Amino acid sequence: MDKQFKLRITKHPILTFNKDKTVKFTFEGKELEGYEGETIAAALHANGIKVLSHSHERKRARGFYCAIGNCGQCNMIVNGMSNVRVCTEMLEDGMIVQTQNDKGRLL
Amino acid sequence: MCEKSKVASQQQIDEAFPADGRLAKGPAAIIECFQRIPCNPCFAACKRKAIKEFNDINDLPIIDHDACNGCGMCIVKCPGLAIMVVDAGYSAHEALIKIPYEFVPLPNKTQILNGLDREGKYICDVIVRDVWDSKTLDKTPIISFSVPIEYIKNVRNISMKS
Amino acid sequence: MIEVEVLVIGGGPAGLCAAINAAQAGAQVLVLERHELPGGQLVKQTHMFFGSEKQYASVRGVDIAPKLIDKIAKLDKINLETQATALGIYEDGVVTAEIKGVYTHIKPKRIIVATGASEKTLVFPNNDLPGIYGAGAVQTLMNVYGVKPGNNVLMVGAGNIGLIVSYQLAQAGVKIKAIIDAAPKIGGYLVHAAKVQRMGIPILTGYTVKEAVGTDCIQKAVIVKLDENWQPVEGTEIEYEVDVMCIAVGLSPLAELLWQAGCDMKYISELSGFVPVRTKMLETSVKGMYVAGDVCGVEEATSAMVEGYLAGLAAAESLGYKNEIMAEKRQDYIDQLEALRGGHIGKKILSGLKKVTI
Repeated sequence: MDKQFKLRITKHPILTFNKDKTVKFTFEGKELEGYEGETIAAALHANGIKVLSHSHERKRARGFYCAIGNCGQCNMIVNGMSNVRVCTEMLEDGMIVQTQNDKGRLL
Repeated sequence: MCEKSKVASQQQIDEAFPADGRLAKGPAAIIECFQRIPCNPCFAACKRKAIKEFNDINDLPIIDHDACNGCGMCIVKCPGLAIMVVDAGYSAHEALIKIPYEFVPLPNKTQILNGLDREGKYICDVIVRDVWDSKTLDKTPIISFSVPIEYIKNVRNISMKS
Repeated sequence: MIEVEVLVIGGGPAGLCAAINAAQAGAQVLVLERHELPGGQLVKQTHMFFGSEKQYASVRGVDIAPKLIDKIAKLDKINLETQATALGIYEDGVVTAEIKGVYTHIKPKRIIVATGASEKTLVFPNNDLPGIYGAGAVQTLMNVYGVKPGNNVLMVGAGNIGLIVSYQLAQAGVKIKAIIDAAPKIGGYLVHAAKVQRMGIPILTGYTVKEAVGTDCIQKAVIVKLDENWQPVEGTEIEYEVDVMCIAVGLSPLAELLWQAGCDMKYISELSGFVPVRTKMLETSVKGMYVAGDVCGVEEATSAMVEGYLAGLAAAESLGYKNEIMAEKRQDYIDQLEALRGGHIGKKILSGLKKVTI
């Protein structure tokens, strides 16, 4: 939990961030917190989680790159569904987020 | 400014400052904008028309320092934050400088800060004399601080003491 | 099948302005925006825009988006769909889309593609390490979701984006160790450079990334000087301990739909990639298909808005919607674009546009 607060911006000269509603979700079975209105990737990052998966062959650590849905680096399994781009998927209460280390199963 | 990676040259700074004697009479805006880019809101910001109207929006701004009263509205309207107001008549040994400051926390009046040059290097201690932050400024507060008069052309920024 | 007069694909500055003008001229408009909220890149821009009053000079990008969205809300003829992704444009003129999870067919009379551009990347060893992010990604994290990308950053790229995002990182309380650029000169506006330099952030031109170092995340960045032939000079390496490397080396137009639709495309380096051949009124080689914004040449949000207005007007006029002030408005947009392109960055854009404007 400590890491989360270190990366959250508490005071900003131009912007105010809506942190009204806390959302609980799990990542690899571990319970984490985020806020309503943010993406899964942002919530993971705020919790200090930058490694989202590993590459298929060489097992190299993977994080997001573009954070807007273009590059395809951030695919994860969300609520059992593969190939979810977590950088554009909004966080919802009770979401189950898991690492995807293969090409994903849609059926 | 040199595009290589240098800051404004002494010649450019001298040209942006008014003729000797003007600043001793009262505050005036110093516009450090030395590159032709499509931008002209400084003209519209000045109620006294001290900044000349642009023929082409890429023109460099031209200011009539005698018409300028140092009100500072151009400071907050300049998208490049390239304008400051300087007053060499503030006191016998000090000049007053007003700059835009878009950071938190804002300093407090009488606080002592680091005065930095255009490369961010420490020059001298400065004293905050006023902090102006209101809705009109649209999140670009203006900090007024005094510097020893000999540093009037060197101090361009401030930072908090750690 | 949804029948519509003008379909605008992309709800960023170009798309929103295109929709506004097409609707004001009398056309019925559908806008597809793939994200939750419209505004495109505007929603992350905390700095004041340049240009002139007509392009919202001195207004922060984050404040421009609500103004455009507000204008759209007041125009009955515009239907703005978010969470709506255009999937394909077919030979029979049908556009397929997924709108809030529902697969949909659209038959528009005119299409305006305003899909913007995406981050380029840089090749160096370990460039796939987590913590190496595009500049837009850093802006999204910081300015939309209030999350710092890390605590110590190396910024790669001294164009406007690299300089602006460095300033924004500093505003969020993040330390920038240095800004580097392989080019011998700073490419962005010198006033942006001055802002960060007077904060003590060094700008090193003529340097590139030699490698990133780290196990699961970046821990160190190594840069190296380049000689006049763009070759690394041995022994000039500098190391920085960083947990973020921000890559701001430009964008590439997101032109997939244009390729699929069969538009004539050309690679123009001044416009940052493959762009469509188009008329002065922004119509592509596919009749009835228009473009605006970064997708037809990576530039600025200011010119994206004006191109949007121009394309929207042109699309509506081609449908038969005419009024007395159209010619005047059209000329005004052309004049605005000429003024915006009058500086040194504009010269490059104009030289690129010459090669694709028929």
